[in-house]
Amino acid sequence: MVELFKSMPFSAKFGVIGCGIFLFCAVFAGLIAPYGEREIVGDVWEPASGAFWLGTDNLGRDMLSRLIYGAQTTIAVALAASILSFSIGMLLSFTAAVVGGWTDQVLSRVNDMLLAIPTLIFALVVLAALPQNIFILIGVMAIIDQTRVYRLGRAVAVDVVVQDFVEAARLRGEGWGWIIFKEILPNVLTPLIAEFGLRFAFAVLFLSTLSFLGLGIQPPAADWGGMVKDNKDGIIFLVPAALYPGAAIAILAVCVNMVVDWMLNRTSSLKGGRG
Amino acid sequence: MSDTLLDVRGLKIGATIFPPGEDPKDIEIVKGVSFTLEKGKVLGLIGESGAGKSTIGLASLAYGRGQVRITGGEVFLGGEDILKYRPSGIRSLRGRRVTYVAQSAAAAFNPAHKLGEQVIEATLRHGIMPRSQAMERAKHLFKILGLPNPETFGDRFPHQVSGGQLQRAMTAMALCPQPDLIVFDEPTTALDVTTQIDVLAAIKRAIEETGVAAIYITHDLAVVAQISDDIMVLRHGNTIEYGDVKQMIEAPREQYTKELLSIRSDIKPEAEDQSGALLRLNRIDAAYGAGLQVLFDVTMHLPKGQTLAVVGESGSGKSTTARVITGLLPPSKGEVLFKGEPLPPALKGRSKEQLRQIQMIYQMADTAMNPRQTVAEIIGRPLSFYFGMGGSEKAKRVSELLDQIEMGTGFADRYPAELSGGQKQRVCIARSLAAKPELILCDEPTSALDPLVAEGILKLLMDLQRETNVSYLFITHDIATVREISDSIAVMYKGRVVRFGPKSKVLAPPFDDYTDLLLKSVPEMELGWLERALASRKMEAAGN
Repeated sequence: MVELFKSMPFSAKFGVIGCGIFLFCAVFAGLIAPYGEREIVGDVWEPASGAFWLGTDNLGRDMLSRLIYGAQTTIAVALAASILSFSIGMLLSFTAAVVGGWTDQVLSRVNDMLLAIPTLIFALVVLAALPQNIFILIGVMAIIDQTRVYRLGRAVAVDVVVQDFVEAARLRGEGWGWIIFKEILPNVLTPLIAEFGLRFAFAVLFLSTLSFLGLGIQPPAADWGGMVKDNKDGIIFLVPAALYPGAAIAILAVCVNMVVDWMLNRTSSLKGGRG
Repeated sequence: MSDTLLDVRGLKIGATIFPPGEDPKDIEIVKGVSFTLEKGKVLGLIGESGAGKSTIGLASLAYGRGQVRITGGEVFLGGEDILKYRPSGIRSLRGRRVTYVAQSAAAAFNPAHKLGEQVIEATLRHGIMPRSQAMERAKHLFKILGLPNPETFGDRFPHQVSGGQLQRAMTAMALCPQPDLIVFDEPTTALDVTTQIDVLAAIKRAIEETGVAAIYITHDLAVVAQISDDIMVLRHGNTIEYGDVKQMIEAPREQYTKELLSIRSDIKPEAEDQSGALLRLNRIDAAYGAGLQVLFDVTMHLPKGQTLAVVGESGSGKSTTARVITGLLPPSKGEVLFKGEPLPPALKGRSKEQLRQIQMIYQMADTAMNPRQTVAEIIGRPLSFYFGMGGSEKAKRVSELLDQIEMGTGFADRYPAELSGGQKQRVCIARSLAAKPELILCDEPTSALDPLVAEGILKLLMDLQRETNVSYLFITHDIATVREISDSIAVMYKGRVVRFGPKSKVLAPPFDDYTDLLLKSVPEMELGWLERALASRKMEAAGN
């Protein structure tokens, strides 16, 4: 592990450290946060001080503590949604590419229909209609996101399906499972990993957007998008509170992509990453 | 020596490579090559892949492909060292004084523009002649190159003409700016033999009529013998032998040249009893989709332990026949009998045991192996899939198979990208052997390989046949290969079997028209073959 880390280029190291800090905050939020998530500890929009390192928010809660708790919610929800959307999208797209024919047509056209609906409006309507809970939120984000994964997954898988080695596997009598997971998946991982980094960053942004609009994480739970919303009015009075969660979103997105970039370099090598 | 056009002195070309698990290092691709070329003469550069032929050819345009750098030596064109030219000087050189004809014309033409426009583009760019004149010249060149309807040929798009015509159009493009030198980079390698002879003749005539000098790069000594004045044999970036074409063909001095010349001299004696049939195709018709029928009434059979060669040019239905046998394309009529029993027409209907008995080897070993699996995984999969092997038993069998293909256990953990072309094809052979098949369908397994490597693969296949009594259905367009390995031959043309029988009968007169044309089109390693072949064709045409 240590050697692996040493062999990384600077950008990847930076990304790993950044992601590590965010993850640490997310996992151990209850231990490291100086105050409680919902605890009102001071005045509204107090400036940064020894007691409140990043000041307080619009209700007088400690900004740093909320940022740390926000990492927990935001990362967990975005990660869960990304993983779910990738699982669904990849499974459906590979099935479409390998089986072909009617299966492909039906899956692809349904996917096109979903794509035709603007994501935000779709999410707003569905989330407004369904009960507010975190699992439904994750599910809706995943369903919307998997349409993008499906398009990419099908495009790259179709390229691989026509290769001779897939034909050789078919001639051997292999089942769909083997062809999808052993022949195709390893060969399309590269673009999909790149996409995962991007999609995760988008999921963070999308969640933040939903929270900003009041349909994501419900107050008083902390999440970065909601925190921007709560504190946006402060900007008029030169209170920087809204900028911290905004910066956190940006830094997380950058760090994730730096790590993904490095992983891409490794996985795109056809020599098993030895090169 | 006022006639010297190109004078290459001690040319050295290097590149940086990135070997797995090591630091990047610099290697030399061309290690000090020298030659001269006079006006109106043709120099043939010959050697296997990686010999540096194309790299030298491109250096004559002061160009290095990819990571390649020219590290030493001088290239004098008309007395000036073009390697010292600045970018603007190089720009006025390329496409004007030196032009280039690539191997794959289909990939080199822009599909969105008409051929005529592309042919005169460089001429117009360099302002050599006005548009109308360039057009006239293009038409004139189309005519010299024997293209159909030279007046209107330029109005077509690349996809509207055949591969051989496209290659000739590219030659016209190279000739149009009236260059001093043309570099031909394997211009006929991707063509069928019957097309190759036309293109060769056209190129030769065009060179003679325009008086241009040429560097002709190929790996086929028989081809280069027809067209060049001098030949240089290259290997691993070194000159092996350099001299006059007559001396090279008739009295080569170096062992390597002799090997190149003597390829395919040992011919397998044909099996006497060809009555039995492991595989029998019975009046097969096959079509892609509803409209496009590709196979018409195909009947042939293959006895156990023997080799049936299926010969024909691209589009003749050879590979489709293989697809029908494998079940990938169910026939629309007729049946495939295996060991006397009809095989289910579609892949889905066949049992695992039936699938195991018929294995396949592909033309492109590159794409026939999953690049993400190691050699051991690739060879091991049929073992666990068909025989349920695992653990040490499987590992032992894998190493046996690796020994059988003359590679050894050391390769087990390599990925396909870490193998050479010949090694890749050997691994594919091992994968099909692992299934212990009765029949192996070989779809042009050697046509993408260098002659000496291909020879090794053929020898391996023949040894394996002796050891395991496996039968081969061997698809190829190369008559020399057919002569060497087959017991029986099926000649295919436009989806029909025009000739089928034991080798000795098929390759003996009287011939049908197509077989005759096919046999006469195969370049032979002797001077003046091209002229004789063309003359005999013309006489026949006149006689008809």
